[in-house]
Amino acid sequence: MDIEASAKPQDIWQHRHVLDIDDFSRGEIELVMQTANAMSEVLSRPIKKVPALRGKCVFTIFWEVSTRTRGSFELAAKNLSADVVNFTAQASSVSKGESLIDTLNTVEALGADIIVMRHPISGAPYHALPYVKANLVNAGDGWHAHPTQALLDLHTIHRHRASLEGLKVSIIGDIKHSRVARSNVWCLTKMGAHVVLCAPATLLPSGLEGSCDHFPRVEVTTDITEALKDADVVMVLRLQKERMASGILPSLREFIGGYQLNAARLAFAAKDALVMHPGPVNEEIEITRAVAHGPQSVIREQVASGVAVRMALLYLLAGGKEL
Amino acid sequence: MKDILIKGGRVIDPSRNIDAIADLFLSDGKVQALTHLNQTSDAEIIDARGLIVCPGFIDLHTHLRQPGYEYKETIASGTQSAARGGFTTVCCMPNTDPPMDNAALVGYVKHLAAQEGLIRVLPIGTITCGRQGEDLADMAELSHAGVIAFSDDGSYVASAHLVRRAMEYVRSLEVPIIEHCEEPTLSKGGQMNEGAIATRLGLLGIPSAAEEIAAARDIILAELTGAHLHLAHVSTAGTIELIRQAKRRGVTVTAEVTPHHLTMTEEMVLGYNTQAKVNPPLRTPRDTEALVAGLQDGTLDAIATDHAPHTENDKLCEFTAAAFGISGLETALGSLMGLVHNHKLDIGLLISSLTTGPSRILGKNFANLGTLATGANADVVIFDSEAEWTVDAAAFVSKGKNTPLHGAKLKGKVLLTIYNGEIVYRYGGI
Amino acid sequence: MSTKVIMTAEDMRRSLARMAHEIVERNHSLEKLVLVGMRTRGVPLANRLAEDILSFEKIRVPVGALDFSLYRDDLTARRPQIKPTDIPENIAGRAIVLVDDVLYTGRSARAAMDALVDLGRPEVIQLAVLIDRGHRELPIRADYVGKNIPTAQKEDVRVKLVETDGQNEVTLIGY
Repeated sequence: MDIEASAKPQDIWQHRHVLDIDDFSRGEIELVMQTANAMSEVLSRPIKKVPALRGKCVFTIFWEVSTRTRGSFELAAKNLSADVVNFTAQASSVSKGESLIDTLNTVEALGADIIVMRHPISGAPYHALPYVKANLVNAGDGWHAHPTQALLDLHTIHRHRASLEGLKVSIIGDIKHSRVARSNVWCLTKMGAHVVLCAPATLLPSGLEGSCDHFPRVEVTTDITEALKDADVVMVLRLQKERMASGILPSLREFIGGYQLNAARLAFAAKDALVMHPGPVNEEIEITRAVAHGPQSVIREQVASGVAVRMALLYLLAGGKEL
Repeated sequence: MKDILIKGGRVIDPSRNIDAIADLFLSDGKVQALTHLNQTSDAEIIDARGLIVCPGFIDLHTHLRQPGYEYKETIASGTQSAARGGFTTVCCMPNTDPPMDNAALVGYVKHLAAQEGLIRVLPIGTITCGRQGEDLADMAELSHAGVIAFSDDGSYVASAHLVRRAMEYVRSLEVPIIEHCEEPTLSKGGQMNEGAIATRLGLLGIPSAAEEIAAARDIILAELTGAHLHLAHVSTAGTIELIRQAKRRGVTVTAEVTPHHLTMTEEMVLGYNTQAKVNPPLRTPRDTEALVAGLQDGTLDAIATDHAPHTENDKLCEFTAAAFGISGLETALGSLMGLVHNHKLDIGLLISSLTTGPSRILGKNFANLGTLATGANADVVIFDSEAEWTVDAAAFVSKGKNTPLHGAKLKGKVLLTIYNGEIVYRYGGI
Repeated sequence: MSTKVIMTAEDMRRSLARMAHEIVERNHSLEKLVLVGMRTRGVPLANRLAEDILSFEKIRVPVGALDFSLYRDDLTARRPQIKPTDIPENIAGRAIVLVDDVLYTGRSARAAMDALVDLGRPEVIQLAVLIDRGHRELPIRADYVGKNIPTAQKEDVRVKLVETDGQNEVTLIGY
């Protein structure tokens, strides 16, 4: 896991923005993990604050409601002594693309060095990119990507497993509409894990059969027993209840019956398999309360890793920039 | 009107199976036999040596946007754009605002075209009132007013019953029903072709089945009614197969394909490129191969641009908020010539798909278009098949600068367009 | 480019042994002492000092590793790779000897002291360096110095340690 001593971080790290994991090299991911380890140590101190980003201004702009991710970014920035401004964007302004760029330009004029944005439309940060000079961090865009979640998930796994090479990681639930699943597929496969996606067919994305140049090779199954069998890590996704309304699932009851992670199903996985969930958890729907809070669950560690990983990313983005 | 003598060009006229170095004489707005050439006449002589001379192109599928969306395109700007692309006839789609569902509006568009249009504009009327898919428009009246086909393009007529009635009705009018094949419940919310790339980008896909189901229904209805069904912008291998089988059974079905569906695939969308957002969506390499094969075996009858101009802001936004469509008139020949240079398409077939193919779909009233036979309309295009140029969207004369080809290098350039015996576009020093 | 060896392995061993004696001499109560190596090369040097103290005092002084990258004042110009700080003891009320390989502008020592005080309130902080090459930009001075070497600013002092570089040697590189 340790990066070669000879390689300098400035040679490894090539990102001005963090929009997705698909364009991360394995070395960059490892650098983030190593930097996050140092940040975890900071978080264990009585004074959980270092002056690294003193005088830097981090704006969080969320066009979609989030308390966890936003709080996590805010705390990460504050731990690094950055000034943090939360910008709440009107949901109604989403319809017109100009307002996205306008908002970002405004925030930049106010002095943002780093902009953390979440947007309900897939690809929105890519659309914004040509118009901003600040470093852009994607805190989730539509169904597309949630790179910091994938990195914090990886960091959590690394607390328990030295390497992901050859590990079987099964992601269960609403894959089709999940940015968490997509970013995790990129991240986990780059680190050498074997990824299995499992859901009822209507919640699986299309086009993953066979090999494809544009998406990592993953195993796709509707059979949860097969997905869980000997899995080293089980990631459960949140089920949005509106999926029932749109006719994608017949009923909640059927989903629970077929795909809920409960103790009996978890028994198919490796004995020490880690149970993960990006939160917030719908207890007794996609996962039982007992499993979510059970001995194999690392859900709370994910939250802690979130702050460390986001500190690492903010630090890596802020450094090495010409004044 | 000055006579024009085009000398020494490679004349390709698929209507008469001609591909030979020859001279072409235009006088009184008609193609004239060379014997009529008076040695003392002051005909303008155009040196076409090394160039291809062929009938002016006919576009069955153009959005001129007027009335209602003059900020996207007008009849004036759209026909200038067409002339630049080598087109001398465009059929304009009725999804204007208000939609072309009555004779008065057709009269207005024809009047505008006569006043401001640079080339021939043939209007298409709507199938249903207001394109609402509920009641049939006054089709006979529209037909008498001069529409050459009926279409609710942009929308599929969801009611099979209504389409059946429309088909029965147009049989006596002898004009085609042009159908935009898209089963709406399958395509709802879709942004691009369904598949791995849509999955990667987190965008809702439009399955091929949405087009194929719609096409299948209308082919069956055409078979039932005996009407002429023309399928707009065919994009999938499955639709090609449906048309192929229908033609074999003798169904009166014709179909067109766009230059972008022939030459581009869904990979163009990667990076959330809204310029490549088009409906039907760009599909897979397997589909483009099937489309080219469909042209070769006659399953597809014509190439049509589906020129869909939009403003900068229509495309300068998040992918799901961006408009569907490509401004295609000015890049059509250049991009299609790529298929010729790559030996995928014979140049004669390419030209016939832009001339005789659409002319046949328009019917016997337009037999003097798309040909260089003596007495035909003097609609001629001269192009250099070897000229390389770089697409600069900002330089389009169309108001729609929306093209995924901006910056692309194309080989094949229109140099001169003659409409009714008059030069309407001339590039450089030809 | 010219390279001159200014300290051999043997020189280094003797200097460190002397510094270890000086540290013991200055700090009467060894139980309060913590040696804190400044990453990267300060850490093996702190370990060697602790070994020396163990050999003649029979007392194992705790050794920690301090990464002060997050306290640097030149983050915008560089992107140093950071590693966890690892100090085994609570430093409040302790006598801390910061250990580094080269003392130059004094900025690293400043950042390290800032980092240290965020971890607790030591009774005293002292500074031990293998090489003092001058050119201070801050009012900082070392308590224990292996060797003072007058240098020009465009020269470079390279400390190589077996633990990090495979050999023990200090060279002066002129350009």
